[in-house]
Amino acid sequence: MENIDFGLVDWSRAQFALTAMYHWIFVPLTLGLAFIVAIMESIYVKTGDEQWKKTTKFWMKLFGINFAIGVATGIILEFEFGTNWSNYSWFVGDIFGAPLAVEGIMAFFMESTFIAIMFFGWNKVSKKIHLMSSWLVAFGANLSALWILVANAWMQNPVGMKFNPDTARNEMQNFWDVLLSPTAINKFLHTITSGYVLAAIFVVGVSAWFLLKRKEVVFAKKSMVVAATFGLLSTIFLVGTGDESARHMAKIQPMKFAAMEALYDGQTNAPLIAIGIMEKPQDPNNPHPREFYYKIEIPNALSYMAFLSPRAFVPGINDLVNGNAKQGIPSIYEKIRQGKIAIQALKEYKAAQKINDEELAAEQLALFEKHYKYFGYGYYDNPIDLIPSVPLSFYSFHIMVILGAHFGILFIVILFLLYRKKLEQRRWVLYVALWTIPLAYIASQAGWIVAEVGRQPWVIQDLMPTLSAVSQIDKSSVQITFWLFALTFTALLIAEIKIMLSQIKKGPKDGGQ
Amino acid sequence: MFETLSHLALQQYWWVIISLLAAILVFLMFVQGGQTMIYALGKTEMERKIIVNALGRKWEFTFTTLVTFGGAFFASFPLFYSTSFGGAYWVWMLILFCFIIQAIAYEFRTKPNNFLGKRTYETFLFINGLLGTILIGTAVATFFTGSEFSVNEMNQSKWEGPFNGLELAFNFGRYATFVNLSLGLAVFFLSRVLANLYFINSVSHGKIIERSLKQLPRNAIPFLVFFLFFLVNLLLMKGFAYDPESGTVSYESFKYLHNLLQMPVVLILLLIGVALVLLGIGRTIFCFEKCSRFGIWLSGTGTILTVFSLFLVAGFNHTAFYPSIFDLQSSLTIENASSSHYTLTAMSYVSLMVPFVIAYIWWAWRAMNKTNISEKEVEEDSHSY
Repeated sequence: MENIDFGLVDWSRAQFALTAMYHWIFVPLTLGLAFIVAIMESIYVKTGDEQWKKTTKFWMKLFGINFAIGVATGIILEFEFGTNWSNYSWFVGDIFGAPLAVEGIMAFFMESTFIAIMFFGWNKVSKKIHLMSSWLVAFGANLSALWILVANAWMQNPVGMKFNPDTARNEMQNFWDVLLSPTAINKFLHTITSGYVLAAIFVVGVSAWFLLKRKEVVFAKKSMVVAATFGLLSTIFLVGTGDESARHMAKIQPMKFAAMEALYDGQTNAPLIAIGIMEKPQDPNNPHPREFYYKIEIPNALSYMAFLSPRAFVPGINDLVNGNAKQGIPSIYEKIRQGKIAIQALKEYKAAQKINDEELAAEQLALFEKHYKYFGYGYYDNPIDLIPSVPLSFYSFHIMVILGAHFGILFIVILFLLYRKKLEQRRWVLYVALWTIPLAYIASQAGWIVAEVGRQPWVIQDLMPTLSAVSQIDKSSVQITFWLFALTFTALLIAEIKIMLSQIKKGPKDGGQ
Repeated sequence: MFETLSHLALQQYWWVIISLLAAILVFLMFVQGGQTMIYALGKTEMERKIIVNALGRKWEFTFTTLVTFGGAFFASFPLFYSTSFGGAYWVWMLILFCFIIQAIAYEFRTKPNNFLGKRTYETFLFINGLLGTILIGTAVATFFTGSEFSVNEMNQSKWEGPFNGLELAFNFGRYATFVNLSLGLAVFFLSRVLANLYFINSVSHGKIIERSLKQLPRNAIPFLVFFLFFLVNLLLMKGFAYDPESGTVSYESFKYLHNLLQMPVVLILLLIGVALVLLGIGRTIFCFEKCSRFGIWLSGTGTILTVFSLFLVAGFNHTAFYPSIFDLQSSLTIENASSSHYTLTAMSYVSLMVPFVIAYIWWAWRAMNKTNISEKEVEEDSHSY
């Protein structure tokens, strides 16, 4: 603890956030567009209509450009667990590594093998084999997402393991508990469907541009029908899984839940803030509590969202810090006390083992196990360090939800107007559709900010904070790689956008050749 | 069925899988080798286009194998992952950087309005081919020559010295650096040899084949020089042995030579491997008309066997596979660096899918290679790089 360099922790976090956020610009489009392309190709194979083949090839071209940069930004994330979070990768390697390896063996190879056929196999394999390859790419891409999200979910809700004091790490006890934990299932479904919605918005928006230009009208409308239908169904699912996630989070990560609603004093019949703007803190050294300039509340909604009962008690940040005996909530002070006992007991256990004092070792081990639940709290003294950034959690959560509603409405309007054959006359709807593309990216990034900032300071909830997870390397090394990645990824992003725009402008003639 | 195996048996099983992945990875690095010869083999735009497309259909296999190798290493030997990646920070970061710029280069190279220009993307491919191979080879050599790190009783590791891995390639005051670099350079030239053989096998273009044939001995000779230098040093150097009872690590003279003699199967694999690599090269040079198509398969199989056996020498027969010369007792062995019995068992079930994965990769490879890559084929394809 004494040697922790907070600059190093912050730079390591910044680098991980940078690379993860860049990666996440490209992944959701890959996840969703893969399915949209596969659906379009299925229609082509079924109808034999060449127009559908052109449409498929056009979107496949954009898929390919996006996929390449998703791969480029992805490889670094896998290895960063080791390079920048060395202690973490030992502490959880026994659990975390397995999904990562499965991902490589099962999903990445499926994706990369069949993508070669998807791109280069039009003239080399039969129509049906080609179609199957396109579907396998879609499944492979989504399967890739499954395993890494299982690993992430485990960090939010560590289950299925036991700490082994001899190896000083968590060891897996039950693979199925890790894979099928409700957090993992929810996280997977919510995340991939968010990708589907983003991809649908992308296709709808680009098609709207063609309609605005009065070019490729048939192609644009066909694309829109597929994408808006896919998007609407995905949005419904997205809302459902989001709701389930929130309920789950209220139980396992109450601090994150309180932070994203900026709820300081817990209450029964807690209202949900639909829209709110926060005041700046009076004292910069003490950012809590944060007051609102302005807010619109929905009565009882937060209690209902968290516990399916309007009268349920939702704990606020103050309840979690100071404890609430009436509600049976222990204070952070108590958790810190127990965490320190656990850390000390582990040291004593190791020392006792060295001198072969079995009795003392057994005694310390029992003490350790009793308090292990709050192990990570022992690294802290001040509860303020255990509260995540409230404004960042609050705003990103609300931006995500508000934009999610906007997407749902947009899909309905588009489908309705297409059905009534009036879409081209409503040019403002087309403009809205076009400008919704960047909003989809904002919503998607906001979702990850809620998930990852909201759980700070934990890498593994309650067990390992970021400061004890970090690799002990020079801060300057991390600073150099941070800027190296920032520069490279930005250049690649600019290149990608420019290439995409050129391809889009060419339109679907000959599949975007 | 895996539950009943001992922890050691599972550790050995996973070391075999890691070794196999590493071996396949080195074979597939013909893609990297080819990337360093785009201009040497292609004198016109069309020739370069054919070369890039011939490689572009395979690069994802190499890339995915690297990612899987990393994931499998993390899952089966997490202490290596945390120690080496978090310690030799710069080596791994540079390797990763080489692969980041590769992944977009194919797709973006010839696209209109691509911001950085065609030559930049070709430079990315060149850097990936040059540094990627040399650095990976150098990093693997440290499995034999050792690095400076310590692991404490909580299994937290720390790299000793300020250079975070760069010293492995640049500390010329230490003899081992030359051994490290010789393996790096051997891998680099081998990847070029394999690329020559791959082009001769898969491309239908007289000039490219002609130039590949000319390049072949120019790459094969330096490969042999560097590889033999490494191999002789390996057989003569003292290695890192551990006592299976106490786990205590100690130096042992001629350890790796002993390993080969004590594991004759591995010795035979190594000899067959080296012989096949040479046979592939030799047959292509001296019996070109009849045998040219087999070169890549002979040398490719040879590469796999050679690398596979070298990895077994590094990790089996009570050898520390990631030795620390700073503190011998911090050295990593397959026994002290591995995942738990439960995790290795669970993953072993997953590994049963590997033959299935190899089968469909094989099928896809065949389907895509039915016709050789030629001018006509690249022109007609709706998707080309």
